[in-house]
Amino acid sequence: MTTPVEILNVTPSSHHKERKWQDYFTFNTDHKVIGIQYLVTSFLFYFIGGFFAELMRTELATPDPDFISPEFYNQALTLHGTIMIFLWIVPAGAGFANYLIPLMIGAEDMAFPRLNAIAFWMTPPAGILLLSSLFFGAPQAGWTSYPPLSLVSGQWGQELWILSLLIGGTSSILGSINFITTMLKMRTPGMSINQMPLFCWAMLSASALILLSTPALAAALILLSFDLIAGTNFFNPTGGGDPIVYQHLFWFYSHPAVYIMILPFFGAISDVIPVHARKPIFGYRAIAYSSLAISFLGLIVWAHHMYTSGTPGWLRLFFMATTMLIAVPTGIKVFSWCATLWGGKISLNTPMLFAIGFVSSFVIGGITGVMLASVPLDIHVHDTYFVVAHFHYVLFGGSVLGLFAGFYHWFPKITGKMIYEPMGRLHFALTFIGLNLTFMPMHELGLLGMNRRVALYDVQFQPLNQLSTLGAYVMAVSTVPLVIAVFWSLFKGEKAGDNPWNALTLEWQTSSPPPIINFEHTPVVKTGPYDYGYHPDAKLEDPLAEAQSL
Amino acid sequence: MQEIIQDSSLTLEEQESTHAEHGHPDHRMFGIVLFLIAESMIFIGLFSAFLLYRSTISVWPPEGTPPLELLLPGINSVILISSSFVINRGQAAIRKNDLGGLRFWFGLTALMGIVFLAGQMYEYFHLEFGLRTNLFASCFYVLTGFHGLHVTFGLLLILVVFFGSFKPNRFDSENHFLIEAAELYWHFVDVVWIILFGLVYLLH
Repeated sequence: MTTPVEILNVTPSSHHKERKWQDYFTFNTDHKVIGIQYLVTSFLFYFIGGFFAELMRTELATPDPDFISPEFYNQALTLHGTIMIFLWIVPAGAGFANYLIPLMIGAEDMAFPRLNAIAFWMTPPAGILLLSSLFFGAPQAGWTSYPPLSLVSGQWGQELWILSLLIGGTSSILGSINFITTMLKMRTPGMSINQMPLFCWAMLSASALILLSTPALAAALILLSFDLIAGTNFFNPTGGGDPIVYQHLFWFYSHPAVYIMILPFFGAISDVIPVHARKPIFGYRAIAYSSLAISFLGLIVWAHHMYTSGTPGWLRLFFMATTMLIAVPTGIKVFSWCATLWGGKISLNTPMLFAIGFVSSFVIGGITGVMLASVPLDIHVHDTYFVVAHFHYVLFGGSVLGLFAGFYHWFPKITGKMIYEPMGRLHFALTFIGLNLTFMPMHELGLLGMNRRVALYDVQFQPLNQLSTLGAYVMAVSTVPLVIAVFWSLFKGEKAGDNPWNALTLEWQTSSPPPIINFEHTPVVKTGPYDYGYHPDAKLEDPLAEAQSL
Repeated sequence: MQEIIQDSSLTLEEQESTHAEHGHPDHRMFGIVLFLIAESMIFIGLFSAFLLYRSTISVWPPEGTPPLELLLPGINSVILISSSFVINRGQAAIRKNDLGGLRFWFGLTALMGIVFLAGQMYEYFHLEFGLRTNLFASCFYVLTGFHGLHVTFGLLLILVVFFGSFKPNRFDSENHFLIEAAELYWHFVDVVWIILFGLVYLLH
């Protein structure tokens, strides 16, 4: 008979506990629950942010402000940008990281499970605060909220925006502390840091960036709050302040934020491509270390957003050089992915389609990025639709397609069900067509001089804008097959089995979905994470069993 | 599953005690170090803003800013800096299982922290400028105030340790993560003050 004392000794992550659906709505410390909580929350905000985008594109179908008022247009663009960045891509990255990191490195959970749950539970309040600003006069100054503009357009809406970002920022700092500690300290025996899956490397780089740059945003927002509420003049030139200081602090976070948003999906792609091309990854260390290089360079490029802010010539030259340098580690990755695909046994399933779509659209965003780094061109197209086109190719064509590649790739692991392939492919086709239709014309609009962030425009721009609006509707429709694919697969999908893709990384060496303790036995690393083709098929089937039999 | 090996090449210089109940290695100190890196970046951000104002605005501090009194903040600085040595004695005491020593040194540190905060409040009430007087005044209050908040938080941590030490078996030579965390945090607050004092008072 067991005594009561022994029962009490059973730890919260009891080995025989069953997962209940209620767990997903509570303060649960299991990293897998938290990962799903993050993913579901961020997908909800994807639809909300997308709704605001559709409102804007509908307004821009005609040159006059005839669909929504210019004020509401400003609010919609501010909320769209803020939601998509802080409540969709960043938390979705955290969701993948939470779900996958402990599984990939063979750990039981994250290093600080309670801190992890706290970090997640800061996300919904951040989102609710931001959306509640709609009732108090939503902020109109864009996601950058440059002062003095942000000081004159609706005090309380702006303050809610600040609070929401401060909470979201704290959440991502706490998350990154967890990711770094887990990856550096809790790898399974035998897994050296150079045997971590590349997603982990990417998250390590992104987490370092979060840790170093997010606090600068907090500093900027604290000072902005004082200007808004307490009547100081840090950023208000009429009171002796200097708005440029805000821009420096803001971009010290917000340029790295781009890498915080794309690095996790660079990592996801590096894991998706070798599995579905059945080839070892080309240049494991090159991809791993180039992530670190991107992080480092990402910290010293911020003022390329400020070429037209009176930045002195020598400083512009410095930031132009460092910005262009980032193309080197990024290029290394792109070439490595292409080399991995080269001669591979490619299966064109949904994850692979999104992965290839990612590489091709991201390259477009990358090239326009190098163009924008050059001072003369940037001065010409600053604040035009060229910039909008550029960062949507990076963040939608890049991050979001990468996100979907990872989503479809790990869906069988997370849910235990195979995705309904035809719907997944339809989702890809509509997304890819929609994104190019929406954002490609914006390049030309920008070069022709159409300003961003204005509800009305010159009549000559209308045809291209209508094309873009049409594309936005295609993207809206593309979410329908996504939703159908997910729910159909959840309820009627065929069982996935432990390792439907015959992948070698550790997350596939446990059941789908994994048990609460993740692994029944401590996993042993026998092969490299991407050693496809090095082993006879028998070993590929179940390297874990093979390892244990030794 | 419990035997998670650490990568020795990556271990920071830290004391990794073990959770008695779980048998897991304790990574909390490592987490605290990461947290303090993030914290210091907020201060670096605020200091950079201050330095940018100082270097770009032609008359700095703006005309009509009364000079800052140095005597009281100077004494305050000496108190805060010496408290870092005092708190270290407390940590040394618990390593030898000396609970009385821990209470004495942590109590003394808390007292020094309270004196520092009181001195800061005294200075606030006797300054000739307010938060909104000019840009320098705003910077002064936000920087010292933000630091003061951190001192307050550190003080609370120290008091938690102080009162916690009266509970039986709360701390001993093996199990004293909170004590180390409080000490590290206090050193951090101290270093920030040294930089802040140099920037705001001495470069004035």
